Amino acid sequence: MKKPVIILIAFGIVAGFGICLSVMKGSVNIPATEIYSAIFENESSVHGQILNNIRLPRTIVAALVGINLSLSGAILQAVMKNPLADPHIIGISSGAGLAGIAVMLLFPESSWAIAPVSFFGAMGAAILIYILAWKNGIRPIRIILAGVAVSAFLGAGISSLMILNSDKVHGALMWMVGGLSARSWNHVEIILPYTIFGMAAAMIFANYLNILSLGDEMAKSLGLRVEFVRLTFTALAALLAASAVSVVGLLGFVGLIVPHAARLILGSDYRYLLPGAALLGVATVTISDTFARTIFAPVELPVGIVMAAAGAPFFLFLLRKEL
Amino acid sequence: MKLETKNISVTIAGKSILQNVSVNFPEGKRIAIIGANGAGKSTLLKVLAALNSDYQGEVLLGGENIRNLSRKKIARSLAVMPQTMQAPPDITVERLIDYGRFPYRGIFSGSNPKEDKAATDWAIKVVKLEDFKNRQVISLSGGERQRARIAMALAQKPQIILFDEPTTYLDIAHQLEVMQIIRLINEKFGMTAIMVLHDINHVIEYADEVVVIKNAGIFAQGNPKKILNENLLAEVFGVKAEIFTNSAGKNIVFPVSTLENYSSSRF
Repeated sequence: MKKPVIILIAFGIVAGFGICLSVMKGSVNIPATEIYSAIFENESSVHGQILNNIRLPRTIVAALVGINLSLSGAILQAVMKNPLADPHIIGISSGAGLAGIAVMLLFPESSWAIAPVSFFGAMGAAILIYILAWKNGIRPIRIILAGVAVSAFLGAGISSLMILNSDKVHGALMWMVGGLSARSWNHVEIILPYTIFGMAAAMIFANYLNILSLGDEMAKSLGLRVEFVRLTFTALAALLAASAVSVVGLLGFVGLIVPHAARLILGSDYRYLLPGAALLGVATVTISDTFARTIFAPVELPVGIVMAAAGAPFFLFLLRKEL
Repeated sequence: MKLETKNISVTIAGKSILQNVSVNFPEGKRIAIIGANGAGKSTLLKVLAALNSDYQGEVLLGGENIRNLSRKKIARSLAVMPQTMQAPPDITVERLIDYGRFPYRGIFSGSNPKEDKAATDWAIKVVKLEDFKNRQVISLSGGERQRARIAMALAQKPQIILFDEPTTYLDIAHQLEVMQIIRLINEKFGMTAIMVLHDINHVIEYADEVVVIKNAGIFAQGNPKKILNENLLAEVFGVKAEIFTNSAGKNIVFPVSTLENYSSSRF
């Protein structure tokens, strides 16, 4: 068997381990032997209730968010030709942040609207950045600069909202770091279609990213419509990240670090890198979240804090190794 | 397949880089493009390769305006070897060369794996990289890397290959190797080779025809052995050159000094 395939299988095992861990561990530990019967046979038992209503949806949201953010980051790093590109670059976090926090602070009774509104906020910011960066086609450097400018602008809005509503700011803060607390089947339903669509599209067109990695001119002369591919892949990355952020808040570092880790282990062939990043994303978010909610039990940390605490040193390690 | 331009004009930042350039690249020949730095050689090559579409005039590939052809269709007849290549360092030579098959792959129609394999194997054989095909691109020397890039262009099974300064950065042995491969693929497989070259002796030795560019236009076109004389070199490059005949009866150009009163209109 080819080496990348073996690595992918290993990633799959780690992802499976992360999912099992996330389902088993928590304020009530459920032994592995009981999981199947609790889910399918004794749904009304205490363990069955915990699993079906709390652990399972939370774990599935964690896995899907991991997939979406990692794929989004891997795609953006390829199309922007920039190792620092991640979903935040294209305005996802600032757009979703402003929209989500506006709902939370100004319309606290409509918390159901947080996810859809922040999704539109994220897509709105991404489209705005695209329009600002457009000048006879799209160039990665202009997208990145427009992204920085728009993020700073929207960030000012976020800060103002939080300062003006400082009495209600706790929930908004939790959301700003990204957390999986109390995620339900509704959230699974919101994000799942994007995950399926994004994975399918990314796998089918992975080779386009390979061709793009040869440089714009070479890619063009091989027959790739470079501008079009860059545009559609950026839109795909925006969809993936926006759906994730709308469900868990501004979870950082996953989209930046997981693709790098996958590349370090798997190499740069996107046919393997994309599924690898997705699997590693599942493992990273599920394991981090399990850690986040058990380490200081009964107090739960938002997973975003664990991601940042573990992610930043790892990022520095990559920096020294790769660049 | 014939490649020709009709009245190509390119202006970059208000400066005319090419002006009404009409040039004919005859089928099955090795054609060199020469000219001073900044004369517009690379711009012309980019226009020919459909990499620059910001021009007036027409480029006809097999009689059809390339603006009306899809990128993939162009890529099946015309391959380009740019001056430098970015490639992910960890991919293997074989995989890199296989990217040359991209123009034959549809999204859902897939490709013909047998044909792809045959084409890449053939390309690897032509440039003699059989022993290197499982090596990573980063482990190749400059000469080997250049051969891998030629093989990638060959895998496209084109009728025309454009080479942008194919010998830049290579030592004399590898320069020779590359020029001989270009001659081989032209003579043996009938591919038209259009190459931007700097070394006048390479032009004399390896080109059937030379297109000389000066002041954004075609200064001369013809058989290099006939038209590349002291006067032309003085006018085009501002160089006083001596031309000898060596023991094999071949012309050798030796640039002696730059001409002080020479001024190209561009500098």
